[in-house]
Amino acid sequence: MSYYEGLAFFLLLTVALVVAAVLGTLELSLKWYGFAVSLLYVGLVFAGSPTGFAYFLFFCVWSVGLVKGYLAIRAKNGRKERIYHVFVLLSLLPLVLCKVSPLFELNLFGFVGISYLTFRVVQMIIEIYDGVIKEVSVAEMAAFLVFFPSFSSGPIDRSRRFLADLNRRLPREEYLELCGKGIWKLLLGAVYKFVLAAFAYKAMGYLETGTAWYHWVGYAYAYGMYLFFDFAGYSRMAVGSSYVLGIETPDNFNLPFISRDIREFWDRWHITLSHWFRDFVFTRFVMYSSKKKWFSSRLQRACAGFFVDMGIMGLWHGITPSYILYGLYHGLLLALTETYQKKSKFYKKNKNQRWYQIASWAVTMQLVMFGFFLFSGKLMELIAG
Amino acid sequence: MREEVLDLLAEICEDDVVKEDPETELFESGLLDSLGFAEFLVELEDQCGIVISPSEVERPDINTPEKILALVEARR
Repeated sequence: MSYYEGLAFFLLLTVALVVAAVLGTLELSLKWYGFAVSLLYVGLVFAGSPTGFAYFLFFCVWSVGLVKGYLAIRAKNGRKERIYHVFVLLSLLPLVLCKVSPLFELNLFGFVGISYLTFRVVQMIIEIYDGVIKEVSVAEMAAFLVFFPSFSSGPIDRSRRFLADLNRRLPREEYLELCGKGIWKLLLGAVYKFVLAAFAYKAMGYLETGTAWYHWVGYAYAYGMYLFFDFAGYSRMAVGSSYVLGIETPDNFNLPFISRDIREFWDRWHITLSHWFRDFVFTRFVMYSSKKKWFSSRLQRACAGFFVDMGIMGLWHGITPSYILYGLYHGLLLALTETYQKKSKFYKKNKNQRWYQIASWAVTMQLVMFGFFLFSGKLMELIAG
Repeated sequence: MREEVLDLLAEICEDDVVKEDPETELFESGLLDSLGFAEFLVELEDQCGIVISPSEVERPDINTPEKILALVEARR
């Protein structure tokens, strides 16, 4: 079984969510119920892959060990930078092995969900260092890690937010409202993924056979639409399912195609990913480099920060030329946008004019679509001939 | 303390409006962004010895000078 694919998954989802709705309406706690269903799904998903399951188990034990171990060390020794860096690297190790091993024709730690689960663990280590997380029980951390609606591909939730939702018990009216919203999101997400994304996919197949330049342009647009409806559809179903289980998993997309610049785009597209990177990579890089005085101006610091931020984001997708290029491309766009918006008198004078906003939107969309074209790997195929 | 934090904020936002109107919106208005906020946190630690983690607070909790002041106050 795979998450959000096939009849078996959705039949079980329907039953699981109906039971959850009954429990929630009776104002009973959904805490351990959600955990139990998540474990059942883990069992079914990994049933066909013993190796994947072994990696997953190791990953969980490793992560829980690191978090509990670091909590104890942090409580004893305080904010020690070197120990902190070691723990961050150790928490990244399984993912790094997973991404690097294919270069050596190996497949280490290749199990469904590893890319997304790693965010949850690294976030906890960083916030333990910050002193924001002081205590986590093994059971609650396990519930956070295996939570099935967002297990395979996000949205990327944060442990403190998740656990606060997990431990609350909603009054009936509030629960019913949340549950209703959840069901609506689930259905809308299904339409996105199974109708609109499927339609865009058909268009891609048709355009792929063409050789004229407008076929490539059309392909880039169709691919962009496919990416959006497929991933926004999945995300919405994940968020909807979470709601029915009483967890308000954050939304992942918010009308990305109305963005007027690239910065705004990253506030609307794959939001939980870009905000995770903002909080745990960009901001920290800027703070660290500012303390160490690596750059002479704010602007340089910001531009370097965008490259680091988006470069790592590209690598995270996979160590392939297309993904790396995609990351650097967006790093460059963000750096250019920042420089232009901070320096240009023309921008400051015209940014609130309607014509300027329309033009800016139109340019942004072309840049975004070209980015998808890079992401799709098509450009590399064309270059390779 | 209050003066110090407001001066710092005004310097980072490059606008004295944050001192004149502590209820002014910071993020939507473009006065403060992720970059400015990061630098504010660095300076706050440097000048006042107060450590606030960048992932600790959500945007709606810190979107006016007054809210930032309250947060800093709570940390002293």
